[in-house]
Amino acid sequence: MLNSILEGVIAFMLIAGGAFAFIGSLGLTHLKDFYMRLHGPSKTTTLGVGCTLVGSSLYFSLNDGPIVQELLITIFVFITAPVSAHMLAKSALHHKLKPDPRTRGNPVELESEKPKHSVEEAPQGKSPLP
Amino acid sequence: MIDTALWISLALFSAAISLNFYRAVIGPSLPDRILAVDTMYMNSIALIVIFGIWVNGKNYFEAALLIAMLGFISTIAICKYLLRGDIIE
Amino acid sequence: MIPPTRGLPMPVLSLLLLVVWLLLQHSLALGQWLLGGVLAIAIPLVCQPFWERQQRARRPFKLLRYVLRVLVDIVVANLEVSKLILDPRGKLRPALVEYPLTLKQNFPITILASTITLTPGTVSAHLRLDGRTLLIHALDVADIDALIDEIHQRYERPLMEIFEP
Repeated sequence: MLNSILEGVIAFMLIAGGAFAFIGSLGLTHLKDFYMRLHGPSKTTTLGVGCTLVGSSLYFSLNDGPIVQELLITIFVFITAPVSAHMLAKSALHHKLKPDPRTRGNPVELESEKPKHSVEEAPQGKSPLP
Repeated sequence: MIDTALWISLALFSAAISLNFYRAVIGPSLPDRILAVDTMYMNSIALIVIFGIWVNGKNYFEAALLIAMLGFISTIAICKYLLRGDIIE
Repeated sequence: MIPPTRGLPMPVLSLLLLVVWLLLQHSLALGQWLLGGVLAIAIPLVCQPFWERQQRARRPFKLLRYVLRVLVDIVVANLEVSKLILDPRGKLRPALVEYPLTLKQNFPITILASTITLTPGTVSAHLRLDGRTLLIHALDVADIDALIDEIHQRYERPLMEIFEP
């Protein structure tokens, strides 16, 4: 009885994990600009992988005693995913990727720098040098 | 019941990885491609764990842990390179 | 939480290392305890010189409550973001928000930025060290001031209570 309930929980965890990861990748594929695409993988895929790992941990606990090794990967993924999302957003800002035109807010980081000398201003004509 | 769930989630994760691969190929900018590869390694962790359940082997967890660590560190390293190195401009 | 001593400069880290070692080996044999104990004492001693001193958590139980709240919020956030991804037609209102920080130390700011990334519809994008502002990208936001206020009330205030006297 208890085993069949646990099996149901494991099956639910596996399918939920797969569904979340698929939705995250779908967001990665069809959203408009980079900053919006960042949302799918950083949140949804993390939770999907976490769900799958919890399901696997439960599955191996079913036969012989509790096994919590998989939870280590879960914790690791949940700590590192925000960090890599932050770094990716930072490098996108550094490259000045254009956000979607609907985006409100205009931070300093995205304003294009004016070149210090344009071609017209460059010294032309008679050169003082012989 | 678990067998069916394994089939379904295996299919979903494989579809997710193909979508990531699509984005990594067409991705217009470099951060897009890195993001796609980052998501791909996350999905492959789950794929390996599901394979471990399939063959009922406990040692696949170590492979998943290694992929998690190496993937994170390589993402951070490439981002650092993009931030400091002169690729554009 | 636990006061540091000369032999144990970072007691919490040592404890964490021992627990992780035992979990990785998946055995509670005497040899694993000894090896893990030696590593847990040696690693903090070796990496102490290049480790920045961090603020200690003053109220560990509030930290536990904060972690539980964030876990619940992660699930809620994922359902929201999934809904937005599956049905995005004309509904997305993205925004780049500048969030003024009141936290001072690095470690609490790191926790806040990670929390913002994992919870509803927002990704922390850039931390300006001079102006003390955090740049946030939100996927779907109606009122920017309400978002700033919510982050302040829900996440930053508990962190201030935990880490700053």
